[in-house]
Amino acid sequence: MSRFFRYLFRGLVLVSVQVYLLNKVPHLHRLVVPSLYFVYVLWLPFSLSRPALLLIAFLLGITVDYFTLTPGLHAAACVLIAYVRPYLITLLMPRDTQDFQYPEPSVRAMQWAPYALYLLVLTFLHHFYLTFLQWLSVGSFWSFLGKTFLGTLISLLLIFTVDLLFPRQQSYRTNTA
Amino acid sequence: MRNVLLFIRRYHTFFLFLLLQIVSWWFLASFNRFHQARFLTTAQEITGSINRRYDRVEDFFQLRAENQRVHQLNDSLLNLLPANDLVIDTQQFFRQEGAADSTKRLRRYMYRSATVIYNSIQEDKNYFQLDRGSNHGIRENMAVLNADGSAVGVIVLVSPNFSQGMSLLHVQQRVNATLKKTGEFGTLEWDGAHPDRLLLKGIPKGVFLKIGDTVLTSSYSFNFPPGKLLGRVSSLSTDKSTNFHIIEVQPAANFRNLQQVFVVENLQMDEQVNLNRDARKRIEDPKNRRP
Repeated sequence: MSRFFRYLFRGLVLVSVQVYLLNKVPHLHRLVVPSLYFVYVLWLPFSLSRPALLLIAFLLGITVDYFTLTPGLHAAACVLIAYVRPYLITLLMPRDTQDFQYPEPSVRAMQWAPYALYLLVLTFLHHFYLTFLQWLSVGSFWSFLGKTFLGTLISLLLIFTVDLLFPRQQSYRTNTA
Repeated sequence: MRNVLLFIRRYHTFFLFLLLQIVSWWFLASFNRFHQARFLTTAQEITGSINRRYDRVEDFFQLRAENQRVHQLNDSLLNLLPANDLVIDTQQFFRQEGAADSTKRLRRYMYRSATVIYNSIQEDKNYFQLDRGSNHGIRENMAVLNADGSAVGVIVLVSPNFSQGMSLLHVQQRVNATLKKTGEFGTLEWDGAHPDRLLLKGIPKGVFLKIGDTVLTSSYSFNFPPGKLLGRVSSLSTDKSTNFHIIEVQPAANFRNLQQVFVVENLQMDEQVNLNRDARKRIEDPKNRRP
């Protein structure tokens, strides 16, 4: 139960940081749109089933959407990365779910290189899909490309900063416990 | 049939994924087209109350700028007091009231104050949220003016306690505008590029223009009261391929710190809109076409 509340708390913090901090500060450039909230999907535990992952991602996205008044936009992007996530994890760490020694993806659980690749791929995918959906209704091709790549860069920077500043406490799982 | 069910069960994650994607697209498409998002009025009540709390803190840091705007507006209103003049200029007085009969005054515009509790300028489609809703008499298509009287946007969605407006910084926004000096009218739009640059379209090359010229709301607009400040011409060039100027306009309202606004109701709007619709129907309907 405490784990449930921990994840709920993390979600609330990430959404409010996104809505009231990152969306409010003047952006460095109009193409550099910082976004951090979706890291919640990346940091969900390994043990979650795929449908649960999808539903949680949808809920997260639609919450951000109702704050930014763009219903469906972030939800679609979140559902996409939640769908791709299990495949990517299997690809990067070929082993059974039971064999994971840490509850959720992190540097310690996955090693540096696979973890960085995991973040990069999913962050890029999220930004690509999000700006693609925005581009469908308005905007030029170059702003679409710029927003995707610069947004991915700034988001990765934010994620690594948050990862280093706020280490998630994770207990090492052993069979003897 | 059994095989179909087995198929769905085998790939249930994929089908859930597709379903959620379709739901998202549906939300997005219906909001982009009609500004009527699914469940948004309910969600707006919740996000609105959180936004209101946040806004109370945020407003504190903008008090100085807001005070200046209010003071300027008060200043201009004091100048309008009839007591300032010995002889009341009745012609101007009644033109503003919109009255045809000089013995009876007809009110055309009704102002209501509201507070902006959410606002963005970073997107291509920027919206703001106000702390007044249908309970306070706000309805769709009402115009929104800043504390100093400059145009801000139009209300597009109303819930009981909150309402949401489409800012001038929205790529679908079209406002009827007029040049103060010469009276030519055009359309004020935004291309989503920079929050300090609106585009004024439809001004022919023959019109003499200078940088710094004032752009006002036109008297042809149904929702904006005429003569409200929209902005000033900030850059000027001519398009060789068409007969129009390319005019960039610096908006008068500072969208970065909107706080107190006025929601303006045109009390004759329904009549005007109905008349416009009926007239078009009568002339353009093939059944009524004259031989």
